[in-house]
Amino acid sequence: MSQDTAIGQGGFWRDTGRTGIGSWIFSTDHKRIGLMYLYCVLGFFLVGVSLGLLIRLELIAPGPTIVTAQTYNALFTVHGVVMIFLFIIPGIPASFGNLVLPIQLGARDVAFPRVNLLSWWLYAIGAVIVLVSLFTGGGAPDTGWTFYVPFSARTTTNVSLAVFGVFVLGFSSILTGINFITTIHRMRAPGMTWTRIPLFAWSLYATAWVQVLATPIIAITLLLVITERILGLGLFDPTRGGDPVMYQHMFWIYSHPAVYIMILPGMGVISDIIPVFSRKPIFGYKMIAFSSLAIAAAGSAVWGHHMYTSGMSDLGILVFSFLTFIVAIPSAIKVFNWVSTMYKGSISLEAPMLFALSFILLFSIGGLSGLILGAAATDIHVHDTHFVVGHFHYVMFGGTGFAFFAAAHYWLPKYYGRRYKEKPAIVGWILMFVGFNVMYFTMQVLGMEGMPRRYYDYLPEFARLNLVATVGSWILVAGIIIVVWNLWRGLFRGEPFTGNPWGGATLEWSIATPPPTENFDEDPVVTHGPYEFKGAGVP
Amino acid sequence: MSHQEKDSFGAKLGMWLFLFTEMLLFGGVFILYSVYLNRYPKEFGLGGHQLDLVFGATNTVVLLTSSLFAAMSVTAIKRGAKRLTLGLLSVTIGCALVFLCIKYLEWSAKFHHGIYPNSPKLIAGPPGESIFFSLYYLTTGLHGIHVVIGGILMTWTAVMVQKGILNSTDNVTLENVTLYWHLVDLVWIFIFPLYYLIL
Repeated sequence: MSQDTAIGQGGFWRDTGRTGIGSWIFSTDHKRIGLMYLYCVLGFFLVGVSLGLLIRLELIAPGPTIVTAQTYNALFTVHGVVMIFLFIIPGIPASFGNLVLPIQLGARDVAFPRVNLLSWWLYAIGAVIVLVSLFTGGGAPDTGWTFYVPFSARTTTNVSLAVFGVFVLGFSSILTGINFITTIHRMRAPGMTWTRIPLFAWSLYATAWVQVLATPIIAITLLLVITERILGLGLFDPTRGGDPVMYQHMFWIYSHPAVYIMILPGMGVISDIIPVFSRKPIFGYKMIAFSSLAIAAAGSAVWGHHMYTSGMSDLGILVFSFLTFIVAIPSAIKVFNWVSTMYKGSISLEAPMLFALSFILLFSIGGLSGLILGAAATDIHVHDTHFVVGHFHYVMFGGTGFAFFAAAHYWLPKYYGRRYKEKPAIVGWILMFVGFNVMYFTMQVLGMEGMPRRYYDYLPEFARLNLVATVGSWILVAGIIIVVWNLWRGLFRGEPFTGNPWGGATLEWSIATPPPTENFDEDPVVTHGPYEFKGAGVP
Repeated sequence: MSHQEKDSFGAKLGMWLFLFTEMLLFGGVFILYSVYLNRYPKEFGLGGHQLDLVFGATNTVVLLTSSLFAAMSVTAIKRGAKRLTLGLLSVTIGCALVFLCIKYLEWSAKFHHGIYPNSPKLIAGPPGESIFFSLYYLTTGLHGIHVVIGGILMTWTAVMVQKGILNSTDNVTLENVTLYWHLVDLVWIFIFPLYYLIL
């Protein structure tokens, strides 16, 4: 295996056609598209973090602190829109999925490389539209990221443009999903049977189906909001015979499955990392693969649990509550299998593994608090409180966010041929983990005590815990800064990263570092499973 | 899997997945239709009677004919009959234009009678009627946009056939565009009875 480690010289970094920025933004190479996604989502993540920090700063003490009430509404709306639609939905599938999926399958590229580039362009255009909507028209949208009618149909802020931006982003998501499904069905190397597909690819497969089957519903719902605002159709307007609860149904038919677009790829990352750093084959490969599909399927039928308090029928609540509990089963299967994989393994606690381990803990807390919300009786108590915000962030940030950083520490050195320093990575991880729990666990307690979400001001008895949560946010942000800085510096100036230091058995570790433009010099023939470390020629 | 040759099965698989998403997009409107029909059956019936059956029926025939010609163009290109393919595609595109013209006439007649979204007449009338016509304009408008996109795609493939980029061996793009056109046709097959016929 040839090792050519200097950036800009080795592998796909050495451009074959165009030069400069054109060699990136017009490239159909899945690795370049993956990296472009990565930088975009990471940039928006930092924007979202800054906004989140401002929200926590405003809530540090009762009464007006740093911003006005209107700005506060815009802050949590834009924080939500940026984090959900620009970071966490494309986060792992579009960036690491593009980087890793074709190589794991033994393919030279995705099935439709030009559609892949179009997806990125649509993502970039959608992101620009969302950004423009913040500074033009009547100012940044203030509806919350859910764009609930009737407020979103009446507010004078720039909701139409923001919603259109999200529509374009949805289109990008659909095209990525179609591309991945086709790639997994048609581009697998000889010998890559369905039971030899790495679990990250399996999770992307389940994710892609959700992307394809759920996103069109949000597309039509967003179009309805726009027509409602511009043409005054009145479909959600009670004074004109419409029904606002219909909006909530249509919105959550997409947006609940979208939660699994966000979390499933993260679970895939963890399923790939845990066995490698435990030096043991994954426990229950088929159950993990199957549970991804089960989560995707069951998760598509639970949207009603967002609406227990909207005046749904008791039977409806019962059915949605039951279905919601069902999703916990495949999720728990995964957690048990990860833990079983580590049992009697030779665990090496390096940065990717630390992020993966914290994923398991934080995701479990998030998942279990989800059951509290899934049961109608307890949900009535904590509905629309900070408990929901805490739960959501435990799953999305503690889950997917930590998985995103696990993936970054695990795979990025492979694409750069250089690696980050281990110590700052661990220090950053500790700060992130501690700050995260201080912040979001406190928010869950606040919610239990009755502090509503999205409120600008609160009663004095919530002051102490809000202060604690805000201090937690500072620790968390300090950790994020260290982790991102360490990655950035390491990938461009760090020590060389060659061969297969983690000892992975999936295909991406069998090729040169950084990978060549066409991934494989000759098409691979797969003879063993993705986690059979012994006897597979893995050092 | 070899990566050099074109995978036309894969291309068609991708197109079918995309068509699923289109069906779901229209599915959202049909969900609204079914919910509001359940709530306002009488007003929906009265609204349906105000639509012009002749316009609707003519457009159904026009679209079905265009789908037939689109399907024939696929067979033609597979047999290598370039000029025939172009001729058949032209008829398809012509049908799309006729459809849009009729739709224009139909809409402007309605506008003339004061029936359009947010019009004073609809606001003054019963809420169910306003909902019916809102859904009517939304569905047919969304469908109309798809007809326009389909027409543009047809024109684009016709140019590629003319240039010989699409030929008897490499024609999956034409096949995919035709699939898309069939979807546009199919959606109309649902719209026509729901709005014009059964109420």
